[in-house]
Order: sequence, then C-alpha cells, then structure tokens
Amino acid sequence: MDDVFFALSDPTRRAILSRLTAGEATVMELAEPFAISQPAVSQHLRVLERAGLIVRRIDGTRRPCRLSPDGLAAIEPWLAQFRAALEANYHRLDALLAPAPPTQEPDRCPD
Amino acid sequence: MPRLTLVTDGDRHVVVTRRFDASPEAVYRAHTEPALVRQWMLGPDGWTMPTCESDLRPGGAIRYEWRNADGAGFHLTGEWVALEPFSRLVHVERMHLPDPTPDNHIETRFEADGTGTLMTMRMTLPDAATRAAMLETGMAEGMEASYQRLEALGLAV
Repeated sequence: MDDVFFALSDPTRRAILSRLTAGEATVMELAEPFAISQPAVSQHLRVLERAGLIVRRIDGTRRPCRLSPDGLAAIEPWLAQFRAALEANYHRLDALLAPAPPTQEPDRCPD
Repeated sequence: MPRLTLVTDGDRHVVVTRRFDASPEAVYRAHTEPALVRQWMLGPDGWTMPTCESDLRPGGAIRYEWRNADGAGFHLTGEWVALEPFSRLVHVERMHLPDPTPDNHIETRFEADGTGTLMTMRMTLPDAATRAAMLETGMAEGMEASYQRLEALGLAV
C-alpha cells in the first residue's frame, strides 16, 4: 500500500497511468508528451511496476507497459477508509442538525 | 443504520449519498456557512478546522485548513461554481499536501425526503489514477499517514 501511495503521489506517474488506460505503450511513446528524458520515464515506470500498478513484457528489445489488471481496480480498501472519514463527518453533522434540547435557549440562525 | 452509500461510477466518478433528519435548507446551510462547516467537516476525531473561509457566490473562493493535536496540518482550496439554495451546489476543490492535487469537481444535491433530506454528492476526477490517489488519501487519515511517510522519506522539515 505504501508503494502504491508513493507511486500515485506524483503527477507525471498519474499521467502515465492515464495514458496507459488507452492501451499498451513503450517507454519512447510514454516519454513523448512529457518534457522529461526517457531514463526519467523509465525511473517512473520502475516505481509504478514495483507498486503493482503496471506490468511489462519483453518483446525483442522493447519492454512495453500496460496497466496491471489488479492495480487500480484494487481500490476497495481505500473506499472503506474514505467511507470511514465521511461517516465521522456525517455523524457530527447529524448532531449539529438535531433540534436543540428544550432546556436550552433556542439558537436562531442569522438570516 | 446504513444511511451512507459510497460507490464508484465509471473511471472518474465517486458518488456519495446520505440521508439526514433535517430540512434541505438546514443541510444546505451546514454545507455552506463557515460557522457550521467547521464544526463537522473534520474527518476522523482529533482534527479541527482553524480556518474556514468561503465566499458564497459563483467564482467565490473556498479555503479550509485542518490541524491535529500534533501540529500536523493540510489545507484545501476551491471555488464555487453554482449555488442554488437550498437544492444544489457545484464547486471545485483541491488538497494541498503541500503540492496541489488535481481538481475534484463536486456537485451536491439536496432533495426533500419525507421529513428529511437526501443528499447526493457526485465527484468527478480528471482520470482513474487521480481518483485512486484521492480515495487512498482518505482525507485526514491518509494525510496523517502521508506525513509519517514524508518523515520516513526525510522530506519533512
């Protein structure tokens, strides 16, 4: 999970993943839209590969990349965490929206 | 009481629904007025929102800053796109960690549902990778973890 977080924290790596949603690509093809060198792209690809977000195959001298079938699809645990944060928020909001107890002075919202 | 639903839709969307036992007007106000927003939009326990600024008109700026007891913090900036009392809000937001995350476009609807309100919040991210990054960040829990990771990387000052 830490590797995934680190991999996704970089805008260039997110852009590379977006490009790969359109299909397999070589390092040269991936480097084209970015103002960075092929070695720099290769470095990003190593991070993405280590995080399990992409897979690479050997095709002669080429090593084309594609999205890992399990990579971005495995967002269920993150959904659960996001959900927990939202639940905490909305429980507080429920309390805020609840009518004030009758013993208190009624609060008036400014109009 | 499973009143919250959270689902992904396509590659770029996240849709949240939640029912509240209050009128659309009350729920709408709680989502817009800073004095109310800062009391609940805090993520996990232990966080406060010392700065909550919101210029409630189309194009108006949003700035929320969070802190925890350890002094860790992060902030969010955004802009209102549309405000239709008390039924619909559209805004754009981004987290600063400290680098800004890609824009999250959010449409929030408030519909009367019996004596309460059904809220539907639809988030649109630029692409699947950004959506995954946002979900993993998971607001403050993820932030805290990210600061720990920054420290581990020797990047925190």
